Amino acid sequence: MLNKKKFFCNGVRDRSEWRAFILVIFAIVALGGIVLSLSVGALSISLQEIISAIFSDSSGANRQVIWNIRLPRTLVGALVGINLSLAGAILQGVMKNPLADPHIIGVSSGAGLAGVSIMVLFPHKEYLVTPVAFLGAMLAAIFIYILAWKGGIRPVRIILAGVAVSAFLNSAISALLVFYSDRVHGALMWMVGGLSARSWPHLDIILPYTIIGGILAILGARRLNILNLGDEIARGLGLNVEVSRISMTAVAALMAASAVSVVGLLGFVGLIVPHAARLLVGSDYRYLLPASALLGIAVVTLSDTLARVAFAPIEIPVGIIMAFVGAPFFLYLLRRDA
Amino acid sequence: MPIMKAEELVVNFDDKTVLKNLSLEIEEGKIVSILGPNGSGKSTLLKVLSRNIKPDKGIIYLEDKNLAQISGKMIAQQMAVLPQSPQAPSDLTVRDLVEFGRFPHQSWWRGKSEQDEVCVGWALNQTGLAQMADRVVSTLSGGERQRVWIAMALAQKPEIVLLDEPTTYLDICHQLEIMELLATFNHEHKLTVVMVLHDINHAARYSDYVVILQQGQIFAAGKPEDVITEHTLREVFGVESEIIFDRACKPVVMIQGLTSKKI
Repeated sequence: MLNKKKFFCNGVRDRSEWRAFILVIFAIVALGGIVLSLSVGALSISLQEIISAIFSDSSGANRQVIWNIRLPRTLVGALVGINLSLAGAILQGVMKNPLADPHIIGVSSGAGLAGVSIMVLFPHKEYLVTPVAFLGAMLAAIFIYILAWKGGIRPVRIILAGVAVSAFLNSAISALLVFYSDRVHGALMWMVGGLSARSWPHLDIILPYTIIGGILAILGARRLNILNLGDEIARGLGLNVEVSRISMTAVAALMAASAVSVVGLLGFVGLIVPHAARLLVGSDYRYLLPASALLGIAVVTLSDTLARVAFAPIEIPVGIIMAFVGAPFFLYLLRRDA
Repeated sequence: MPIMKAEELVVNFDDKTVLKNLSLEIEEGKIVSILGPNGSGKSTLLKVLSRNIKPDKGIIYLEDKNLAQISGKMIAQQMAVLPQSPQAPSDLTVRDLVEFGRFPHQSWWRGKSEQDEVCVGWALNQTGLAQMADRVVSTLSGGERQRVWIAMALAQKPEIVLLDEPTTYLDICHQLEIMELLATFNHEHKLTVVMVLHDINHAARYSDYVVILQQGQIFAAGKPEDVITEHTLREVFGVESEIIFDRACKPVVMIQGLTSKKI
């Protein structure tokens, strides 16, 4: 394996080679994750069969499995990975805080309370979970912003307001689960986050946010770099700090809200993936954003594959696998870098 | 015409008035130092001038334009700001950081231009950083790091630069190095320098104009030899001193002790 230290010490040209190298690796792993997720399962399907199942109109079993189950599920997983990791990467920059993630702006607890409310109070209206959770996520994020506003936005105030509001909403979720303990199972699965039974309609919900959010994030990359230098330097360089911070937070909130409203409260991706990407490509957002997106795809699709096959025929929610495998790996990266 | 002018600035923090109807004119091409004891409002004044604090009352003009009515980008093309102990992500190189100085001259649809390259190269050369352009900023010494930030400000090609205690945390040699660097730019490029300083002797030696603040108001302002006096030091800083004059006829303060009424 190529050595990062060597690359960095030998200056700028080697550094851009290193970044390109990492991006290519991430892209390969992401693609590998997608292919693996399509091919592995109760029915094992080869790459060739996958391609012919996707691009031809046959009506065989392969086509059924790929087209109706695995392809949409894999794509939903990939987009969720992109959305959550980009949201996390953006928020960590905007808040200048390594612990910032979609939780911190209330997206998760807002979606959680809204989603769980539907599931336990109106179990016959399951179809409402996604839109209501999305609404809950955005309302919580806006609420936290309003609470944190005092002639401008300071990251510390957002984080503290976020922690307080999330604690409040989470205790409401716990209360609901206690009062309706007979209906806890579905809600619990959703709160851990999973891709089970996710299909084309879910993809339609997330896709616009991934495209628009992704474009806005990339366009904002240079602003995020400037914001990372601190408010005073950023203002001195002519950046409108308040507007940039609010607009980038809004992008992150929309991306994260669309993801968690569909798959539940996946915690790990938004926090750890951007850090892992940053450890490898550095803090320049022009590289960090694509790297996070690719790594997000890889982590979610690979974890979901593992979640399906590890204890087959029982399926574990992907959120559990992700944290179990991902957290130790992240700790390894952290130790190695130091 | 002054390059910068502040009219009747008022800043309140909660119910404490930090700046009281403060007016100030900064002449083009001069080095202006702002002095004052802790809590006199000197950092606040610099933060108001650099738009990091909105004044509760008062107007600031950059040349003839009201600072509150022009875009941040327009301001940044004319004015650079270096806050106290700035922080950068730990993996940036010297060149990365200096290139950020070109941000106000770029637009989001257009990346680096040839002129940007030229300005970055120029700023690196002028600050003696060309040799270490590819080094990571976090591996540099305090003095080198401060030079990088100054290079970033210079890459902005400003007419005026505001600095908040640019020599804090540096040893005496590197303090002088920074002061000399600023003086050189002032001489050679007519750069107007406005800075908050702690060291009265540095201010006396390098400034054309000294502003002494006391409790949010200007106690005295003028040439160093006119305003840095035993009387000022006693009244504003509460210290007894003897002032001598060096070969360049700049005042040098020798501190004798605390003024007894303060004890």
